Amino acid sequence: MSQSEPLLTVTNLTKVFGSGNHTNRAVDDVTFTANHGEIIAIVGESGSGKSTLARMLLRLSKPTSGSIHLGDLDASKLKGTAQKQYWRDVQGIFQNPVASFNQFYSVGRVLQKTMRLVDHPGSKAEQRAKMDAVLTAVDLNPREVFQKAPHELSGGQLQRAMIARALLVNPKVLIADESTSALDASLRVTVLNKLVDLRDSREMTILFITHDIGQAYYISDRIFVMYKGQMVEQGPTEHVLLHPQHEYTQRLLADVPRVGDWGTQISAD
Amino acid sequence: MSSVPVQATNPEITTPPDETGSTIWRQIKAMMSGRLIIALILVASILIFAFIGPFFLGTGDPMKIVGGLYNEPNSQQWLGTDNFGRDVFTQLMYGTRTSLYIGIVAGVVATVLGVAIGLVAGYYGGWVDELLMGITNVIITIPSIVVLILISIAIGTKSITSMAVIIGIMSWPWTARAVRAQASSVRTREHVDLAKITGASTPSILLWEIMPYMMSYIFMVFVLQMTSGILQEATLSMLGLGPSSSISLGIMLYWALLWESVRTGAWWAFVPTTLMLTVIAFSLYLLQASLDEVFNPRLRRK
Repeated sequence: MSQSEPLLTVTNLTKVFGSGNHTNRAVDDVTFTANHGEIIAIVGESGSGKSTLARMLLRLSKPTSGSIHLGDLDASKLKGTAQKQYWRDVQGIFQNPVASFNQFYSVGRVLQKTMRLVDHPGSKAEQRAKMDAVLTAVDLNPREVFQKAPHELSGGQLQRAMIARALLVNPKVLIADESTSALDASLRVTVLNKLVDLRDSREMTILFITHDIGQAYYISDRIFVMYKGQMVEQGPTEHVLLHPQHEYTQRLLADVPRVGDWGTQISAD
Repeated sequence: MSSVPVQATNPEITTPPDETGSTIWRQIKAMMSGRLIIALILVASILIFAFIGPFFLGTGDPMKIVGGLYNEPNSQQWLGTDNFGRDVFTQLMYGTRTSLYIGIVAGVVATVLGVAIGLVAGYYGGWVDELLMGITNVIITIPSIVVLILISIAIGTKSITSMAVIIGIMSWPWTARAVRAQASSVRTREHVDLAKITGASTPSILLWEIMPYMMSYIFMVFVLQMTSGILQEATLSMLGLGPSSSISLGIMLYWALLWESVRTGAWWAFVPTTLMLTVIAFSLYLLQASLDEVFNPRLRRK
């Protein structure tokens, strides 16, 4: 696979919930490509279908129609080993770091389970060294967090532990579904920077799903805008934000609070 | 030395918390309520009575004939003798043991079936859920005591164990319904998705990701199923459907009824047995209710 070819190709992807007269087209005929080492922000309000899209890309939900290709691999009918191979290439981090960890197990156990997916060879000490390395990579102290239960760690620490877990797999595509929404503003920037680092150091393709256009602007190369299940606009970040074509994108941008406007209002009063 | 005044003013920060035994002990103390202590003492007394008692008290064999028909309680036979002249006190100890055994077997069978069916239905959803819950609801609507009587007559309960298993098989539906509801809520948690994209198999997700969240509930359900198993055995045996060659609290009541102990005033043949059943059921309910408080701190009294 050459670098110029798209890594992820999504064609006419559709997900319909319900049946008969009560159907809901959560994702409606979505088509896009993602390249190596690219950060794409998928922006939309809640209910726009962006999380359903993420779940389909992670093979947690079956598409009603349409296809997902990873390189030449058709991901729509994977089973068993092939499915596991796909998860070695496509990983996710989720919105709620607290719910993403089973409260009964330590962070270390989650990492050990993940080691099994990737079949890391080597002795226990070597495996432990690898797990320590990914924890260090997200600025966590392995000796401090490895044995800790989730409730002993903060949301920010858990979110970084979840990124460490994804790093252990070292996927080609990382899908971050609202991964910074549950964090404090200061931690949010840390996590965003970590994601940019990953792209830079590992050529990872990142699909960053968010409702916050500010974060999308901060992190992404391209922006896709979703509205009522449809992808209404896609293009380079600066271009979309400066020259929004679709009415919804324009509204979305108009709703962003600006320091300047606030200043004007105060002076007007 | 600047650290000395800090230590003096802030002892709780500078003193490292004792992470060994005392923390666990403190947790146990926090969970103990008066009700739980009473329940534990009662259950322990019943266990000692049934499993250790026979080594020191009674005649050693519940089937041994030691006197005449319905001897009144006396210094030799503390609770008199039954219709065959067997020592009631000894029978009570062995009968309690059998009843507890039936309760445990029936409880395990009902809990395992109910949890397994509920987990699968709740986790998969869709037609699997509809099918399993359809079956469950049909079984719930059938009065189980009628079915138990019919099965007991049809296959003839040859042993205590087969009887306990049949009781267990008839008692799982309510557990299945409750577990299904919980499983369908836990399965939407993100750690389940995370386990999936880690390549975990469905059985391993059910066992390691979903079931741990229900352990407290499963344990309480087991205690309840055990209680109802003991009472159902007593009902069936009292109707004469138990294996009459062995001894259980229900079978003791059966003989007492059959040989007219009520009419002849031989109260020692049925009052101690009935009381024992009541005490067992009460203790287990109390244990279940106080465990509910332990697992749901919101129910704890101030």
